[in-house]
Amino acid sequence: MRSGRVLAAAAWCTLAICGGAALADEPKQGGIFRIYHRDSPGSASIHEEATFSTNAPFMAVFNNLVIFKQDVAQNSMDSIVPDLADSWSWSADNKTLTFKLHQGVKWHDGKPFTSADVKCTFDMIMGKSPQKLRKNPRKSWYDQVVDVTTNGDFEASFNLKRPQPSLLALLASGYSPVYPCHVSPGEMRTHPIGTGPFKFVEFKANDSIKLTRNPDYWKKGLPYLDGIEFTIIPNRSTAILAFIAGGFDMTFPYEVTIPLLKDIKTQAPNAVCVVAPTNVSTNIIVNSSNPPFDNPDTRRALALALDRKAFISILFEGQADIGGTMLPAPDGLWAMPKEMLESIPGYGADVEANRAEARKLMEKAGFGPDKHLQLKVSTRNIPIYRDPAVILIDQLKSIYIDGELDVVDTAQWFPKVARKDYALGLNLTGNAVDDPDQSFYENYSCGSERNYTNYCNKDIEKLFDAQSVETNIAKRKKLVWEIDRKLQEDVARPIILHSRAGTCWQPYVKGITIMVNSSYNGYRYEDVWLDK
Amino acid sequence: MLAYIVRRLGLMLVTLFGISIVVFFLLRIVPGNIVDILFDAAGFVDPADKANLERELGIDQPLVLQYLHWIGGLLRGDLGYSYVSEKPALEEILPRIPITARLAGLALLFSASIGIPLGVVSAVYQGSRIDYALRVVSLSGLSLPSFWLGLLILMASVALFGSIPIFNPNPSTFGEMFATYCLPALAVAFRSSALTMRITRSSMLEVLRQDYIRTARAKGASEASVNFHHALKNAILPVITVVGIEAAFLIGGLIVTETVFNIPGVARFLVEAIRWRDYPIVQNLVMFIAVVVVVANFVVDMLYAVFDPRIRYSD
Repeated sequence: MRSGRVLAAAAWCTLAICGGAALADEPKQGGIFRIYHRDSPGSASIHEEATFSTNAPFMAVFNNLVIFKQDVAQNSMDSIVPDLADSWSWSADNKTLTFKLHQGVKWHDGKPFTSADVKCTFDMIMGKSPQKLRKNPRKSWYDQVVDVTTNGDFEASFNLKRPQPSLLALLASGYSPVYPCHVSPGEMRTHPIGTGPFKFVEFKANDSIKLTRNPDYWKKGLPYLDGIEFTIIPNRSTAILAFIAGGFDMTFPYEVTIPLLKDIKTQAPNAVCVVAPTNVSTNIIVNSSNPPFDNPDTRRALALALDRKAFISILFEGQADIGGTMLPAPDGLWAMPKEMLESIPGYGADVEANRAEARKLMEKAGFGPDKHLQLKVSTRNIPIYRDPAVILIDQLKSIYIDGELDVVDTAQWFPKVARKDYALGLNLTGNAVDDPDQSFYENYSCGSERNYTNYCNKDIEKLFDAQSVETNIAKRKKLVWEIDRKLQEDVARPIILHSRAGTCWQPYVKGITIMVNSSYNGYRYEDVWLDK
Repeated sequence: MLAYIVRRLGLMLVTLFGISIVVFFLLRIVPGNIVDILFDAAGFVDPADKANLERELGIDQPLVLQYLHWIGGLLRGDLGYSYVSEKPALEEILPRIPITARLAGLALLFSASIGIPLGVVSAVYQGSRIDYALRVVSLSGLSLPSFWLGLLILMASVALFGSIPIFNPNPSTFGEMFATYCLPALAVAFRSSALTMRITRSSMLEVLRQDYIRTARAKGASEASVNFHHALKNAILPVITVVGIEAAFLIGGLIVTETVFNIPGVARFLVEAIRWRDYPIVQNLVMFIAVVVVVANFVVDMLYAVFDPRIRYSD
């Protein structure tokens, strides 16, 4: 009898605890989500910008056709879910992607959303619309799209030149919102109108960005927050101190460096912090049009001189990854296997042996202990560029190269690179989508606008297309590994490291997921709530 | 005196005209423009898009035309549009002026109200412990960079009160007001008051050795009357000069303080505008600062005339 009472009491307690926990996990409505922003975005128009400084505040204003599931950290084909499109389907020849659109959706100004808006948006990006974007950085994403056609108000189809399974992933990125036809690109830069969970309130340059809850959001019950406020604080020390003091609910995503993370954990031990890859690589751009790097031996020597572990140890206290063009596993989906990576010249564990080989190549090219190669290592005058450039210069000394740091103002960086006024440059490359199509075509394709080094290899170009049309994931992966290996062997753009960075939030913030293979896609915030 | 004022006002206009030319052309000498930066941020340059944007912003026109367009607009009260925010420049600049003006005014007030009395005390008690202590404080004020002092204040604020004085546009309590404006103003004023104190001290020491000070004491005037009425009044001219110069250079000091305390004032905005080569904002802001500096100089000159009758009579 007594044991029966104990059991009953235990069962009651369990129920009470579980019930309490269920209640505690029930999202609460209300509250303003306060985040500091690292800088003032160039504009509010996601389609015109190429930095997640714009996505982070403005992705919540919009919807895509499809989106990477916001509570799954790794973006993949499997994590793509419907957004403005209720469903999608590929034609039998894999050349037409058709979306059935959600009905009853309204823009923030009350006008109805229809398939015409989908057509307008992508026509504008493809340069086929009378409305022109001032800048159009992702036009090349849609190179394989012939046109976008509509069938009634709630069906839109992307007609392709050839199969491109990755198109769906590109459309799921934070960079692919649907814009309204009736609002000009100019207005979208200053006062964006979307269909998303939050409405734009104001954007004061260098001061703040404010969004408010969309009470008529077409996903019933969402969002939970009353609004989101971004305070622009470019000074990192001030921003971190303000977060520690409780002035903000979350840091700017991927903005906490590894050393600063330690400060936060010491001073705000309750803060939840996550370190994740940013899918931004630190790499070297080599001017192979002019001496000395027109000589393949010199380029190969350069690749052999790199001690990647030293970069990672100095800059990231060990928390960064070594890889090829594609983001390393396990967070990256397309990275070549470790043993394959280590077989590439310069990636072997024995740095001294690599450098001995590099010195021989340099000697063959006419340099040696008595005749050092003098050159400038150009980079942007920003710490994340400058710091690795300094380490690179130090490492190049081991192969008879005396580098001099040439820091270039941001305004001059691209014009300088475009006119090939550099020998070696240190660069950062971000990938919005962890997909080879985005990375290969954008950075290595002959004639691509972002192919800074003008690297052009027609054989590899054919492989780009072969992997792009491949629908079998396993087969595509093998092709991608092969391409990545060749790119590294060609010293097309030697990858030094793939960085990681931290994001912290207060313990009462719920529903945050930090994406592990892209820093551009996780800012819809419709599931975020404050447990206060 | 009237002729003096008219002459000074005329000089002011000539100076401002000269500054407008220098500012305009210096900005164009700096490599790169807004279009380069916008396209750099986007990661590529399509020459046709770039040319379109240059045409849209009017920066493809001859420099002289651009200058005349700007000056003409300025005289009509049309400051143009910010290249970055695409809002009227006046709309961007105006709300920030009161913020910086409050900060600068408070910093000047703290600087003068702390620096002058302490300078007098230091001079009067020359060679004493208090003099040495004040000189050490003033030296540290001159040596400590204001960004470092600002960061220290923020860290102390977090450690002691668990909060940080992040800018509040509408402070409702005295505490908020103090945190929003007074703490940053103190960070700026520390260096400025140290300079004022040292100038006051040296100027006072020179005056205190004069015969008329001895005469005043011999006539039985009180120490306070001698120090503040007879000595300080005659020692104040160099101090006014320094405070005037400090007022003019305060914008420079405020850039750092506004950044550290994250105050959306004119100074930080100017730096950002320069970074973006946002010509309409930079030109008009620099002209605004030039007007402040020229007016501050004018006020200093007028104060000279008030404090030193010889200047009035010579005119």
